[in-house]
Amino acid sequence: MAFDKNGIAKRIAQELQDGYYVNLGIGIPTLVANHVPSGISVEFQSENGILGMGPFPIAGEEDADLINAGKQTITAKAGASFFDSATSFAMIRGRHVQLTVLGAMEVSENGDIANWKIPGVMVKGMGGAMDLVASADNIIVAMMHTSRDGESKLLPSCTLPLTGVRCVKRIVTDLAVLDIHPEGGFILRELAPGVTVDEVKAKTAGKLIVDFSETS
Amino acid sequence: MDKVIKGGATEAIRGISSGMTLMLGGFGLCGIPENCIQALTETSITNLTCISNNAGVDDFGLGLLLQKKQIKKMISSYVGENKEFERQMLSGELEVELIPQGTLAERSRATGAGIPAFYTPAGYGTEVAEGKETREFNGKMYVLEKAFEVDFAIVKAWKGDTAGNLIFKGTARNFNPLMAMAGKITIAEVEELVPAGGLDPNAIHTPGIFVQRIFQGTHYEKRIEQRTVQS
Repeated sequence: MAFDKNGIAKRIAQELQDGYYVNLGIGIPTLVANHVPSGISVEFQSENGILGMGPFPIAGEEDADLINAGKQTITAKAGASFFDSATSFAMIRGRHVQLTVLGAMEVSENGDIANWKIPGVMVKGMGGAMDLVASADNIIVAMMHTSRDGESKLLPSCTLPLTGVRCVKRIVTDLAVLDIHPEGGFILRELAPGVTVDEVKAKTAGKLIVDFSETS
Repeated sequence: MDKVIKGGATEAIRGISSGMTLMLGGFGLCGIPENCIQALTETSITNLTCISNNAGVDDFGLGLLLQKKQIKKMISSYVGENKEFERQMLSGELEVELIPQGTLAERSRATGAGIPAFYTPAGYGTEVAEGKETREFNGKMYVLEKAFEVDFAIVKAWKGDTAGNLIFKGTARNFNPLMAMAGKITIAEVEELVPAGGLDPNAIHTPGIFVQRIFQGTHYEKRIEQRTVQS
């Protein structure tokens, strides 16, 4: 059964705490904003210069001067603010954002992440990803456990050009929730519905340590 | 102090010549100096180095300059939306330097602020740090990044006055205030130009000292790249 994209997003949203400032990368991470648990309030920061990002506008109310980092039209919530890119990255680099959620192509067992370049195939650029992973204390990766070719994305070491080193703390995939062990290795914390330990073992190329004792 | 350029973008870009390094504001197509980009495509200026967060789309923004092969080198953080860009990059016609967005922002700010270099954690341990000095501070590693060398900065603002003061709107602000500080000559195109005194000093985002030329632009398309609405 496993998690679908919204299932991954919903599980990550459980990590949100009241009062958090959060940055969501493009792709699956943007869905986290749709699953904020009731009773808590968080503010979403978008690196292109808005804090207090709101939902997508109603059709007909799109504002070309109000977009997110993925270039989608958005709205601003009450209490939002606009600022320039240096101020935006001051928030990020200065560790004022409590949680960063982003996608990845590969994560290594010591927390390295590769998510910006496939040499010769896809070189779109890193955008704000390198700043985000170098600065955040709390980084959660949202991704599928294997690539479209069925290859594991949780590796002993990354084969693709790195975005950051030793920075990932937690990974939520369609199959499981895993933490990075301080001395290297993926700690299996939770299984997605209907998924077995054996399946996760088979699809994890890096070292896997099973330990369900500690959750979020 | 009257910095207003009569004759719109065509006059405002006078002095830009082949081989120069330009900074252009905007994030995606949001807050880009549409009139000046169009005016540049109507010249025979070539071999430009353009510092801008993105490269536009195939038929708008900096994509227009790429189509006309006027750009020799792009310095950006993300260039994914442009097929012509990808083609020119893979064929070697276009030189591309990809740098982290926060580093682009801070290098732009440093250029105008008289800071020759600074340390940032972004990119440490990646190919971005290759060939650069690194240093440890409080147990964490940082990369030394330098200010840019820039000839002209071209920015887009919402409102401006004849003294060159600028106010930006929403997420169209992005890199514009930083790049405005950095140009040896800064050209600002604005949607609404008022006489000095027409803007509240408390509301100014970019003080006029940084701006040398200003004009009221026309026919802003303000194209939306990803029109996204609630379902």
